[in-house]
Amino acid sequence: MRLSRPARVTLGVITAIILGVVYVPLLVVLVNSFSTSTALTWPPPGFTLEWWGKAFQSAGALDAVLTSVQVAVISTAIALVLGTLISFALQRFDFFGREAISLLVILPIALPGIITGIALNNFFRTIMGVPLSIWTVVIAHATFCIVTVFNNVIARLRRQGTNLEEASADLGAGVWTTFRLVTFPQLRSALLAGGLLAFALSFDEIIVTTFTAGSGVTTLPIFILNNMFRPNQAPIVSVIAVVLVLVSIIPIYIAQRLSGPADQKR
Amino acid sequence: MTDSQPAIRLTGLTKEFGAVTAVDHVDLEIAAGEFFSMLGPSGSGKTTVLRLIAGFEQPTAGTIELFGEDVTRRAPFDRDVNTVFQDYALFPHMSVLENVAYGLRVRGIGRRERTQRARAALASVRLEQMGDRKPSQLSGGQRQRVALARATVVQPKVLLLDEPLGALDLKLREQMQVELKQIQRDLGITFIFVTHDQEEALTLSDRIAVFNDGRIQQLGTPADLYEQPGSRFVAGFVGTSNLFDDARSQALLGRGGEHSVRPEKLAVSAEREVGDGVASAPGTVVEVIYLGSGIRIVVDLDAGLRVTALAQNDRRRLRAGDRGDRVFVSWHEADVVALAPAPPAVAGEEADAAASVA
Repeated sequence: MRLSRPARVTLGVITAIILGVVYVPLLVVLVNSFSTSTALTWPPPGFTLEWWGKAFQSAGALDAVLTSVQVAVISTAIALVLGTLISFALQRFDFFGREAISLLVILPIALPGIITGIALNNFFRTIMGVPLSIWTVVIAHATFCIVTVFNNVIARLRRQGTNLEEASADLGAGVWTTFRLVTFPQLRSALLAGGLLAFALSFDEIIVTTFTAGSGVTTLPIFILNNMFRPNQAPIVSVIAVVLVLVSIIPIYIAQRLSGPADQKR
Repeated sequence: MTDSQPAIRLTGLTKEFGAVTAVDHVDLEIAAGEFFSMLGPSGSGKTTVLRLIAGFEQPTAGTIELFGEDVTRRAPFDRDVNTVFQDYALFPHMSVLENVAYGLRVRGIGRRERTQRARAALASVRLEQMGDRKPSQLSGGQRQRVALARATVVQPKVLLLDEPLGALDLKLREQMQVELKQIQRDLGITFIFVTHDQEEALTLSDRIAVFNDGRIQQLGTPADLYEQPGSRFVAGFVGTSNLFDDARSQALLGRGGEHSVRPEKLAVSAEREVGDGVASAPGTVVEVIYLGSGIRIVVDLDAGLRVTALAQNDRRRLRAGDRGDRVFVSWHEADVVALAPAPPAVAGEEADAAASVA
């Protein structure tokens, strides 16, 4: 497609502005992590590596990262299994109440986090009599992580139809062989996309976590919030933020590369 | 496996989807080694019969026998039939060779043997160079041949083909028709071919079953169906026909009932033709259509019937300027086919189907 020169310039400027709005604040955080000011003042009065050293020695920060990774990995794993199973049930089988269940599965992602948080808090403590712990956070996160896996997998199943599975059965493959050799490879990129999204959702979730975390369970977002306005801690928070940005680039890059060739096929 | 058994025997086969009866008490025997076509408009039940034979659908009633063995309740992977799908259904994440070897792989045949056999199957469809490619890198015609190799490498007793040429352009389709016929002769296995293209069915088949409304309307060789259509529907669907209803038959043929005459059996001339067994009727030329190899002439007979005649493109041809000319349309009595009276309930539908083809 050919565009006129003014059109190209205009579109270029708009693109630059939007990307600027997204990425300039991130750069500010990056600069702040080297600032000598402890109160995030702008412009930074001077530069130092002090906070980077402190951040990597801060037991609280490292614990929080570990807790968040644990919660995100386990709730993503639960979501991958349950989300895939429910997608198959709703897409490949017809049964009473199918539409209702489809709605109920998607609902948690639309519910305000604060409602989910209060509801689960009540449910765990007063009805079930379960003390809040890291596992109550995992279960709470899994409720909305399932949705991203479910959405990705069911969309793939819907688009794909049953032709390939019929072809596999026709050629002599049983149900499990068909799943292993045909269905699962077709779902792989959908599972990866859904899984990454689920991981990201869980990793930075704060509202539901606040209501369902037991004492002593500090995920990274909670740690950041607690330390943000504490004297001398703000630059450490900036360091953590920069590390998180760098770390999150890696899976996104991998996901893009993996889904690249598949996109070309379509 | 004995040769005296039919390859496929369907008995009272019925399939209902909710309130819709897609297949309605079909009885059918298909002989071993036969090239058999199921022909019909979309929604006529032909594809459902194929899917029932493959095992993708369970019949509501009736049985399916494969060489005398009842396979009605068996899963698709437990039946010695294979399918070439309309959209080919090649596995996109596997190479062409892996696709062809798939049926051998799931049967537990070792890597070396299955690679060898898959290569041989690819060679038989002239694609030995394409083994390492992905299906997405092949053309439509090549994919079609891969699907054929994949289905035949496991040596099924019966091969089912669901409109396999539907997605190809005309030239490629004609070329593939010849190849299919050759492959079927080479393998010597039974082919059951589903199509809505009457010309394709006539070209390829030993026998054809014409489907409509979930039932077989007529079963016979291509010549049987073309020369002796048994009903108004078959006369209209297999080739084109001039239909004479009861009143016109009385007026033009001197007897009641419905009759059909193929366009190429009608002659158009300026003078009334006379001869033994030749009848003719006067009319006015409405349209002259140049077809290349022939000319289609539409004439309104004075008896109140519009007929189409097909003439060879020779020197006596009429021109477009001949519209409005007074002519005589003549035919041999022997070429007039009496049709079985149509059941009144579906007569309207059949007339529609006939009209849309004509």
